[in-house]
Amino acid sequence: MRYEAPDTIDAAVKLLAGEAGLARVLAGGTDLLVQMRSDVVSPDLVVDIKKISELRQVKEEAGGFRVGAAVTGAELKEHAKLPKAWPGLVEAANLIGSTQVQGRATMGGNLCNGSPAADSVPGLIAAGATATLVGPNGRRDLKVEDIMLAPRKLALTKGEIVASFLLPARPARSSDAYLRFIPRTEMDIAVVGCGVSLTLDPSGTCTAARVSLGAVAARPLLVEDAAKAIIGTKLNHAALAKLEAAARAACKPIDDKRGTVEFRIDVAGVLARRAALIAQERARKA
Amino acid sequence: MQERVKKDPEREFRVVGTRPIRPDGADKVTGRAKFGADFKMAGQLVGKVLRSPHAHARIKGIDVSKAAVLPGVKAIVTRDDFKDQGSEFVPAGEMLVNYRDVVRNVLAREKALFEGHPIAAVAATSEKIAREALRLIKVDYEVLPHVLDAVEAMKPDAPVLHEDMITAGVTPPPTKASNVAKRIEFVMGDIQKGFKDADVIVEREFNTKPVHQGYIEPHAVVASVSEDGSAEVWVTTQGHWIVRAHCARLLGWDISKIRVTASEIGGGFGGKTVVYLEPLALALSKKARKPVKMVMNREEVFRASGPTSGANIWVKIGAKKDGRIVAGEAILKYQAGAFQGSPVQPGCMCAFAPYDLENVKVVGYDVVTNRPKVAAYRAPGGPISEYAVESVVDEIAEQLGLDPIEMRLKNAAKEGTKAAYGPKFGPIGLVEGLEAAKGSPHWNAPLGKNQGRGIAAGFWFNIGGETTVSLQLNEDGTLSLMAGTPDVGGLRASLSMMAAEELGVDVAKVRPIIADTSSLGYNFLTGGSRSTFSSGMATVEAARAMIKEACVRASKLWEIPLDAVTWEDGKVRPAGDNAGKHEAMDLGDIAKIAGKTGGPIVGYSAITAHGAAPSFGVHIADAEVDPETGKTTITRYTVIQDAGKAVHPAYVEGQFQGGAAQGIGWALNEEYIYDDNGRLENPGFLDYRMPVASDLPMIDTIIVEVPNPRHPYGVRGVGETPIVPPMAAIAAAVKRASGVRFFELPMSPPKILAGMKAVKANGGAKATT
Ligand SMILES: Cc1cc2nc3c(=O)[nH]c(=O)nc-3n(C[C@H](O)[C@H](O)[C@H](O)COP(=O)(O)OP(=O)(O)OC[C@H]3O[C@@H](n4cnc5c(N)ncnc54)[C@H](O)[C@@H]3O)c2cc1C
Repeated sequence: MRYEAPDTIDAAVKLLAGEAGLARVLAGGTDLLVQMRSDVVSPDLVVDIKKISELRQVKEEAGGFRVGAAVTGAELKEHAKLPKAWPGLVEAANLIGSTQVQGRATMGGNLCNGSPAADSVPGLIAAGATATLVGPNGRRDLKVEDIMLAPRKLALTKGEIVASFLLPARPARSSDAYLRFIPRTEMDIAVVGCGVSLTLDPSGTCTAARVSLGAVAARPLLVEDAAKAIIGTKLNHAALAKLEAAARAACKPIDDKRGTVEFRIDVAGVLARRAALIAQERARKA
Repeated sequence: MQERVKKDPEREFRVVGTRPIRPDGADKVTGRAKFGADFKMAGQLVGKVLRSPHAHARIKGIDVSKAAVLPGVKAIVTRDDFKDQGSEFVPAGEMLVNYRDVVRNVLAREKALFEGHPIAAVAATSEKIAREALRLIKVDYEVLPHVLDAVEAMKPDAPVLHEDMITAGVTPPPTKASNVAKRIEFVMGDIQKGFKDADVIVEREFNTKPVHQGYIEPHAVVASVSEDGSAEVWVTTQGHWIVRAHCARLLGWDISKIRVTASEIGGGFGGKTVVYLEPLALALSKKARKPVKMVMNREEVFRASGPTSGANIWVKIGAKKDGRIVAGEAILKYQAGAFQGSPVQPGCMCAFAPYDLENVKVVGYDVVTNRPKVAAYRAPGGPISEYAVESVVDEIAEQLGLDPIEMRLKNAAKEGTKAAYGPKFGPIGLVEGLEAAKGSPHWNAPLGKNQGRGIAAGFWFNIGGETTVSLQLNEDGTLSLMAGTPDVGGLRASLSMMAAEELGVDVAKVRPIIADTSSLGYNFLTGGSRSTFSSGMATVEAARAMIKEACVRASKLWEIPLDAVTWEDGKVRPAGDNAGKHEAMDLGDIAKIAGKTGGPIVGYSAITAHGAAPSFGVHIADAEVDPETGKTTITRYTVIQDAGKAVHPAYVEGQFQGGAAQGIGWALNEEYIYDDNGRLENPGFLDYRMPVASDLPMIDTIIVEVPNPRHPYGVRGVGETPIVPPMAAIAAAVKRASGVRFFELPMSPPKILAGMKAVKANGGAKATT
């Protein structure tokens, strides 16, 4: 196995594109190294992207934020503005693992690991984030919900890496929230995850919303019907009931060691409602 | 928050009952302590095990030829390297082992009986080469149908694991082999008559899952066999004399040639009372003529070691309107795993032990299944049967409108009660524990929304056994203490304290170690909550022998008769007519004259410790159940238990809290999940959900002290009882929080949510799942 740690994206892309065998990007390694130790993957080339400064920065851009794909959870939390602007996304990223894992784990890795249960991905989807990819054929932008196709299957082509996420500018009275269900309090993988981002008008009516569910289908979902259920409402009882129903209707989960189909569908509705209410409360103050 | 409830005005202790810093503490918090995987030897090889991918398969052939020629491979062992053993049961901890089965568990012979069953072992110069060698070993399997569940395995058409297994304990003996190794029965009084007298009868069926001991430190060993056939072993174990015995037996070597040193142990809970890697490491080392180190990874620990039984339990209890129990009956079916020897017998004996009953019948079945062979796990068998019985007691109390503590007080076993399993209890502390629970702040605190409170009692026997302790008086008056029961929970601190108490010295002057098997007389393993009781008894005896010798030396020095010398307040003093004629001498003074008065002074005790006394516990649990997700949070928890005498209260509390923590996991989330092929799907702590620290509330403790009259300081074992009551206490709390009574463990969120939905669907009618 060869290990490389280039300091530019172009060099990284070149290495990845040129490898005849199995090549893997290494960000925090909290997925990759675990998989290598347990013989799930045995790459011929590992390209460490932590030395590439562009991938390690959070910058303000077009009224929003551009977050490098290799920024760690701990860095997101400590950023001067991000936790206030995107509390739901930051809390989703910060649910990953423990304090030790937080010092390594990145949103780029969380997305590119290709798990339907990744915690920060519904947060990014709800936020309406756009990923910037860099590959041998240059740069392109993709909405985050279009990147993961199926478990371990991504829309990335050979040699392509995720460079950053653009979080859009948002109007006043906007906020977000992320909740996940795990049987324990931490160190567990989401049985269901739900991110909600919304904007209120001065009267408190919801004018825009995005709802995303994780761990209830082969990929994290953007649930447009759930968003429609609350747009134009003040999240009253009827709207929330519709939201719950839409969230449940979108679920196509499996029975596995982490939960049953019935349980996941039930809980998806519950989390959607609870997350929407938290986002609403935050938006009123934002 | 620590409270104590004492029964008798007791002897005044100077050291016992205080909380000095543990002698092994500094090395543990700095990382200097050596655990199993920390031993290294020059030139050591890496040993790895090839394991069966099938739950049940005949092994038609094992071809190691390709692996053997891989450069770097130094030795390979298979079933052919171990002589077969006849069927013979010997005691090991609180369980029995049969060497016919031990040899087969260490390396499969005719069949692989569970996924993870060792097939071959390789020693190589690197981990990478060892792993590559495993890939090169070709095993010809004939895959067979498998069975995982005890009830399934008892069916007439179930796949049979052992073609020669004829159920014992049934007359006439069956003519056909089955998976039922034995049937046992305990009967007292006449249950028919008892049930006839009952005003209320509740009958329930329960199911529990196997749970792993969950020790953080995986099994690890280094073995080095010399050209002359002598061997050294460093290993993480609860009993190095047992390791020595098993290895000598399986390899056909003299016991004296194997010297075993126990490392610091990162948890055992019963699971480190058996051998897995040790005989393989020795056999590989002998072949390779090099030291061999073997360390399991977490997956191997889950697939091939532990756990305790999963079980199916049926319980029927009849009571009068006033709560007095008139009859109790139970049928227990315990999974043994691949080889017979589940803890169903102690399960049967424990089932009704907390109660003073006239009519009891308990029947147990030991059933083999295609899972790893069960190993002891704190109070083996007890938590399972007592969970079921305590749950039915709770339900009866509810039906009769009685307070669950009052119901138990009405039936509680006391001194003189004849236990259903035979003996009469001596002084015991169940009533004191129930009274302490009743008066505790926890029992009387208000509950919040969606919360419920449950209580349950628990019992464990505790054991004594062969024990040796040596206490050396050093030249400067300090003391070196050698014990042989591995220290799993603060033993060295407690032994130093007992020696210091007896000898009148500062506890810091006593330095204890766990000695190796060639340095000290025989010691049975640490198990059965016996180490503080037995090694403590031997320590006190060794100290008393030293005091006697100190008196002899003083009488020599002073040239006065021995009976004119006494030991008082930590000093030898001239007595009677000679009182005041000579300066009293403490041990430091005696140490200085040891050489010229007869030589080094050693207090020694080699005993079979008798008089172990049971410990009863009472747990109070508060559970909050999220009505929309079924998630249970334990919001408050109190353990009340009789310690006899708490030598080091902090370590007694630690045992209480640890048992409760493990019980919370057992009750709520821990389970083995298998796929259709009998392969374990969650062999790791991510999906085998033991509680993490933030899942637990502060676990409060109340130490009850009803002294054990047969221990010099009144000690009872405390290590196992704490895992007995949690499951029933939590089930009762969940019932009150959710409105639904559950009869299956774990009470994981999907089950609780489904149970609550079913109640709603019934229009709120009382439902059970
Ligand atoms: C103890 C523990 C607890 C955990 N708990 C959680 C949890 O609660 N929730 C959760 O969602 N996850 C959890 N995880 C999984 C993991 O920590 C996260 O998925 C994390 O976000 C991965 O980030 P990383 O930087 O470490 O990724 P890495 O391991 O470095 O990479 C993961 C994968 O993505 C690829 N990759 C990484 N960055 C890029 C990029 N920029 N472009 C293209 N490909 C890339 C890698 O090649 C690799 O295949 C846990 C892991 C551990 C060890």
